[in-house]
Amino acid sequence: MLHEPAAKHDKDYAVAYKQRLGVWMFLVYAIIYAGFVAINLIDPSLMEATVFMGLNLAVVYGIALILFALVQAIIYNLLCLRQERIHQANAGEGN
Amino acid sequence: MAIIIFITFVGIVLAMSFYFARRAKSASGYYAAGGNIHWAVNGVAFAGDYLSAASFLGICGMIATVGYDGFLYSIGYLAGWIVALFVVAEPMKRLGKYTFTDALDSKFNSKGIQLAAAISTLIVSIFYLIPQMVGAGVLVTPLLGMPHWVGVIMVGSIVIAIVATAGMTSTTYVQFLKGGLLVIFATVITIALLVRGFSTEPDQGGRVKFTEYQTIPVTDSNGTLTPSDPAFRIISVNEATGGPFVKMIKDGKVGWFKKVVKGDQILLKETQWTAVLADGSKVVNGAPAGPDNLLRQVGNLEKIEGKTGAAAESGSVGPFEFLAKMSSKETEIRTWKSAKFEDSGEKLTVYYPTISTGNKIMRPGQKFKVEGTPLEKFDFISLMLALFLGTASLPHILIRYYTVRTPAAARKSTIVAIAVIGFFYVLTMYMGLGAMINNVVNPADNNMSGPLLARSFGTVLFAIISAIAFATVLGTVSGLIVAASGAVAHDLMDRFLNMKLVDKSKVMAGKISAVVVGVIAIILGIIFQGVNVSFLVGLAFAVAASANLPAIIMLLFWKKTTAKGIVASIIVGIVTAVGLILLSPEIYPLYGLPAADAPIPFTNPGLFSIPASFITLVVVSLLTQKPAPVRVVEP
Repeated sequence: MLHEPAAKHDKDYAVAYKQRLGVWMFLVYAIIYAGFVAINLIDPSLMEATVFMGLNLAVVYGIALILFALVQAIIYNLLCLRQERIHQANAGEGN
Repeated sequence: MAIIIFITFVGIVLAMSFYFARRAKSASGYYAAGGNIHWAVNGVAFAGDYLSAASFLGICGMIATVGYDGFLYSIGYLAGWIVALFVVAEPMKRLGKYTFTDALDSKFNSKGIQLAAAISTLIVSIFYLIPQMVGAGVLVTPLLGMPHWVGVIMVGSIVIAIVATAGMTSTTYVQFLKGGLLVIFATVITIALLVRGFSTEPDQGGRVKFTEYQTIPVTDSNGTLTPSDPAFRIISVNEATGGPFVKMIKDGKVGWFKKVVKGDQILLKETQWTAVLADGSKVVNGAPAGPDNLLRQVGNLEKIEGKTGAAAESGSVGPFEFLAKMSSKETEIRTWKSAKFEDSGEKLTVYYPTISTGNKIMRPGQKFKVEGTPLEKFDFISLMLALFLGTASLPHILIRYYTVRTPAAARKSTIVAIAVIGFFYVLTMYMGLGAMINNVVNPADNNMSGPLLARSFGTVLFAIISAIAFATVLGTVSGLIVAASGAVAHDLMDRFLNMKLVDKSKVMAGKISAVVVGVIAIILGIIFQGVNVSFLVGLAFAVAASANLPAIIMLLFWKKTTAKGIVASIIVGIVTAVGLILLSPEIYPLYGLPAADAPIPFTNPGLFSIPASFITLVVVSLLTQKPAPVRVVEP
């Protein structure tokens, strides 16, 4: 038994675009995540500073990291969908 | 009532499993649910898989005892999904069939990769199974009044029944149900918590009287302590770490007190304690241990923004207001720590109160010493790295990409998972802090803080949330066992050993493997009793990130990656990560040895083992490049 996919699906022409986009978006998130780790190591007391509606930086940064992941995910999906549609349309015209 | 709700819920889960067993006759049905699951269902099932005992029991428990440091796990676990979505999701779906090994081996058809990746899957799955089984034992004790080991065996047996009958299809629907219910009821607890508000004398809505602990002033005359209350008589003083602790007697009853110096005053603060006597019998707070004499639950606010007593009662608060009040410098929180020592042939564990201010509790530093030594900082970075990179390397998460039809569906289900999991992780902050200040934390084992917080709102909510938590363990363990059985039956037996199993035999081999892995998990779950489950999962993440992620990333992004490079990186990742964990100070006490004797001074291995695995892959791949074909230039 070989290792072909468990379910058959159409050829995906947007692979290269999605891979490139994914890497860039990953790097953006990784930098922001690294910023959180760095502040904790360099000046942890900064995390006590009140920044928004009585909340300190630790809480705001932590929750923002969670929300930002979702925002990035939605943007990524929209961009991927748009690219997949463009490639599908081009493939349709080619036929 | 609690038992009826619990048994009904578990019964529904089992009924679903047997119903879906009809769809698991083929290997594709058993290992990948036929690739037919809708992406939205798969997304919630991802959440069900991921929100394991570590997320609900472990994170809430850790936040309840050390504050924000527990929330670091929520942040790191969620951030890991970014790696899964942007880097791993679609390629894994494109390259693989049933297992993570399929994807890694897609370009090479290498026996070495098949063996190394299957072993890696087994080791990571077992590391991840341990905390789930520990969580199961923890849940059963207060709910059904059974010992820890009974809970572990119960979960093990039910899961073996689920997996051995139905495989990935039933696992998916169990995860969907459980993931959805967990988020709904976590929201209910959070809303109830905000409506209750703050109090410095939490009485669980009038159900449990708040216990005031005694503070006895003493005078020190040339090293001799004299209590201000003459009814107390000092027996001995022990200088154990965390102390000194003073043993006193009053009206024939013995108690241990912690000596605290506050300005000019010397105070003795009442503790709770357990002792194992020379004859093996156990004592709790001076009386024989038993169902009617357990450690009291703890954790409360001493001051709320500088106020105490009736003036501090807040009434309902908003979600921002809750966190803001908790973060105030003038908020004081009483949490409990423990110290172990021997006295007159008795093995003692003393649980003593400490006061922390809100601004310190609500930022990293209580558990992970971000202001500490370079080694302590190393541990912190190492943990955050492993959490970030571990998610996308977990076998039971990776196999879920094969249950949907297309790579685009894999992507969409990951986004649903991020939404559900992210929302739940924000709730963990509220539930953990709620447990911390509502006098519901078991000082000997913080894993039950979430469900015990639910109990403070009534038995029905406790039973529902415990049943969901139990199903959480069932679901995650099912997913892990499917992943492990796939590694044995598909990767090892069918592909590595080339046993050419027919479809039916492959399903049977998977089911037998599931039983064996389940039994191993039961044994380990009993051994690791009492260790925080989120901490244990953090270690599983480190092993996964070290063993699997470098291979996945480099296979996708570096054309010079060779099969031998992948094999070497997996082996180095496993050996360094597992080796460092087994020699670390957190694990040493499990061997009965002092933590200080551990040869490795840090606990989280990721910062060392992940780069080691990457470097190994690059070096070995460069050393094992195939020679370029010789070009013959025509004259």
